[in-house]
Amino acid sequence: MRFGVVVFPGTWSDRDCGWVIDQVLGADLRYLWHKDRDLQGSDCVILPGGFSHGDYLRTGAIARFSPVMEPVAEFAARGGLVWGICNGFQILCEAGLLPGALIRNDTLQFRCEWTHLVCERTDTAFTSLVERRQVLRIPISHGEGNYFADPPTLSRLEQHGQVVFRYADERGFVVPAANPNGSVHNIAGIVNERGNVLGMMPHPERAAEVSVGSADGLFLFRSVIDSALKVLTA
Amino acid sequence: MTMATWLARVIVTPKPVVNDPQGLTVAQGLRTLGFAEVAGVRVGKYIEIQVSAEHKREARERVDEMCRKLLANHVIEDYRFEVEETEQPAHAEVRSG
Repeated sequence: MRFGVVVFPGTWSDRDCGWVIDQVLGADLRYLWHKDRDLQGSDCVILPGGFSHGDYLRTGAIARFSPVMEPVAEFAARGGLVWGICNGFQILCEAGLLPGALIRNDTLQFRCEWTHLVCERTDTAFTSLVERRQVLRIPISHGEGNYFADPPTLSRLEQHGQVVFRYADERGFVVPAANPNGSVHNIAGIVNERGNVLGMMPHPERAAEVSVGSADGLFLFRSVIDSALKVLTA
Repeated sequence: MTMATWLARVIVTPKPVVNDPQGLTVAQGLRTLGFAEVAGVRVGKYIEIQVSAEHKREARERVDEMCRKLLANHVIEDYRFEVEETEQPAHAEVRSG
């Protein structure tokens, strides 16, 4: 089971993801430079957080044209697991691998704080070890995490159950006060229709050890490992 | 074939259906300054591009393609632009690779 973590110029969460994969979970890790076209046999490709290409023009707008994105899109089309976190979510939207867009937080603030997420899909490779409606404590760190999709797209997402995570209160109630950035329907993370491409604004890699305040992010990493091993041994 | 240099002025704006927190905040700031007549503000981007092309129509087509492929995100933004002939590139390229 191998994770490939893509590094763009300006990516900053690659080492945090790498630490969790390599040091906390002991899984196989490869860093993939954005100019590489080889995913090095990764079973799951992570597009981590940061400010790829300085976030110039729009977040993720330039990164989607990096050479690595071509094999990433092909990998996703074959059903490979692609996981965009924060800036990675923005890149996936720009690349058209996920619908919608991430715009400026409605508060105009860069929000760096703990959030609670309620998990609404437990049948994806990313959430197979999470209980339905389980509340995960995972931090956000972004200025542009305000998820937007036009009404037809939004109703398609909801109809197909593509919303995986919503910002909620500690008890899992999806309330306006728990929404840190103005996202429509409190959306924090979505999957594509097939369920193999996940984009989420919160940072599970920063909540993977009790000593940093939460280890809830491990549910997601362990789900991916578990799902990939099932595929590999099938 | 004579190549001319064209200056494209591209304006990218948030779509009307998209919430524009920057615009709302700027509007509030203007009202606080005493501009009570401000009815609304939308904040977008202004981009200048120098293009080499034989004809204006060709320059327009290329700039339109640039807008569609990169400069504007059709999910959240609209764009418009004008193109006029210019003497030479107004700014030197200072970066490479």
